[in-house]
Amino acid sequence: MNTAAKQFVRDATRLSADLRHRGLIQTALGKYEVKRDEMKARFHDWERARQLAADTKWEAINHLDQYLDQFVRQLEARGTKVHWASSARQARDLIRGILAARGARTVVKSKAMTAEEIHLNEDLERAGFTVVESDLGEFIVQLRQEPPYHIVFPAMHLTRGEIKDTFEARLHDAPSDTPEELTMVARRVLRQKYVEADAGITGANFAVAETGMISITENEGNARLTAALPTTMITLLGIEKIVPRLEDLALLLPLLSVAGAGQLLSGYNTLYGGPRQPGEPDGPEEYHVVLLDNGRTAYLADAEQRDALHCIRCGACLNVCPIFRNVGGHTYGTTYSGPIGSVITPNLRGLPDWKHLSYASSLCGACTETCPVKIDLAHHLLQNRRNASRVKPSWWQKLAFKLFAPVANSQFLWRWLVTKGGRVGWVFHRLVLGTRFDPAYAWTRTRDLPPIAPQTFREWWRARQNGSAEAGNGGNAAKP
Amino acid sequence: MNERENILGRIREALRFPARRPGSHGVTEGKTALPTVAERREVLPPVSSSFDAQMALFARNCAELRADFKLCRDADEVIAELARLREAEGWSRIASHRGPQTESAVTSFGLPVLWTERGYDKHELERCAAGITACDALVAQTGTVVVSTRTGGGRALNVLPPHHVVLATRDQLVPDLPAAFATLKERYGADYPSMISFITGPSRTGDIERILVLGAHGPKKLTILCV
Ligand code: SF4
Repeated sequence: MNTAAKQFVRDATRLSADLRHRGLIQTALGKYEVKRDEMKARFHDWERARQLAADTKWEAINHLDQYLDQFVRQLEARGTKVHWASSARQARDLIRGILAARGARTVVKSKAMTAEEIHLNEDLERAGFTVVESDLGEFIVQLRQEPPYHIVFPAMHLTRGEIKDTFEARLHDAPSDTPEELTMVARRVLRQKYVEADAGITGANFAVAETGMISITENEGNARLTAALPTTMITLLGIEKIVPRLEDLALLLPLLSVAGAGQLLSGYNTLYGGPRQPGEPDGPEEYHVVLLDNGRTAYLADAEQRDALHCIRCGACLNVCPIFRNVGGHTYGTTYSGPIGSVITPNLRGLPDWKHLSYASSLCGACTETCPVKIDLAHHLLQNRRNASRVKPSWWQKLAFKLFAPVANSQFLWRWLVTKGGRVGWVFHRLVLGTRFDPAYAWTRTRDLPPIAPQTFREWWRARQNGSAEAGNGGNAAKP
Repeated sequence: MNERENILGRIREALRFPARRPGSHGVTEGKTALPTVAERREVLPPVSSSFDAQMALFARNCAELRADFKLCRDADEVIAELARLREAEGWSRIASHRGPQTESAVTSFGLPVLWTERGYDKHELERCAAGITACDALVAQTGTVVVSTRTGGGRALNVLPPHHVVLATRDQLVPDLPAAFATLKERYGADYPSMISFITGPSRTGDIERILVLGAHGPKKLTILCV
């Protein structure tokens, strides 16, 4: 196993046995589920809404060159400076360059997964800039020097007590551990930062080609302030965020809010189309949009997986995933966790190192069911498994399948194996069950092995035909 | 320019192979038309066509979002409402922008007013107890107030002070989100304000144990007075 896979197994083993962690996540997500279902029910036709959203994103992604070009022309026409970055390094260099040219020292940031993706904070701090995360959850994990736990709820894994301790240690200000008062501490600290900051950096949820605008969804108003007060504003945008028309947001915004946070519409959904325009009282003097590729065009080239670029980063697939809910967000060791992270990471960062994430799934399909833009996540996980075994099948798997194939292909051998062979094996298996000599140790170490049924289906069926079904094990199921 | 061509070139190359249509099993052919306004309306939460029902829905949504909404008889009642808020919260300094909706109501107080429409000092705005603005539209479906740099006195006035008071008129009520976007398009056409915000309730966070707290960064209170 490579290091990423070892780390995954180690952390997953620890966290899935951590009842406190599980309790925290289950309560948080339980609340989310109730609200989400309530809001879904208000839709006239939620399933059809998902299909329309998927159609919209399909159109955008499959004509990305045209829409991107249109988006950029519209933005530039109103004074925005647009930059293109093929790689994470280029994006970091560009942003550092913009800040340096503007003479900026302090930067407020509103939540941006693209910035996590390119490790922007570390880079800016190394270059001597002060960077403050303004989203409350991000602010908390930044103080703790942790990556966000979840793409929408970054501090979901922390109790109020832990947050109080963090504030005490880092801000010397924690009057109590009520969420209310802790939030007010952050509010006080961050207000001053907004007013003083030289530059604001944001992400974006959508980029509207038709009008050349970006759209940011948030609840706190921190992105609003980030875009209002500093004299320089920078938006770091993945090129896949494009939607064709402004009116498409009439559907996508509520869909994102319901799937992401169980709200019909999040607190602030804001469109930005440029720097301060003539006649406007405030807003940044300069507005820069940095378009980030960083592997997205390579992803686009895989027609089978292309729809993963439809993702609107709502986090719904994380919330419903039984694996995520047990192993937690940090275990993945990736920028994007949960099903969508398990789908895209191996393709962005390399199958050999990340293929283990394709197995971080029970294949229950809950992610596919819930995704508001209908990405077939469960299927993509299977495709990743297939691709990984094509790249480099392990020798023992090859051997196992070599031995298994003739047995499975022969009626006689198969019937022997599942009846007599199985029963003989069962007797011997009992001797080593749960010990290291057990060939099924990986399973039996932590789980029960269900006993082999005393009768096969065929035997039971034959017995039933002979009129003695009641004698069989499955008697009650056989009643007409 | 160089990276632009590189990236666009890679996209064009990548798109030579068609992708499966969403919701289909392997079909790559045919046309997916973008959804129409009517199609979106059919799936979104339904809204009655009666004005009174829409107003009632807007009020219900506001209550759920913990925004204060009041339908006023006339301009005098709006002023009386503002005076009540001033008393209750002890405003000593407020901020607003000049416009038909706001100017007369805000000057009726005798409180010092920071007018933002021609630029202002952000430290001063930070010290104001309330920001009083007009708006572009009220959306019944979601309880949303739409403001822009033009109707909201800029970008900060409607989000920096701890209390945001919106002065709206009945004819600004639109039934749903598709109608709100149509209104924006009609009003601004090719010359959109540099910021348009759909404000739905006061600022909120659930980042600590998913417990709702109002006033995370933006206004703790949102009041909508409609004549
Ligand atoms: S894959 Fe779908 S459910 Fe998961 S984050 Fe993206 S849009 Fe949301």
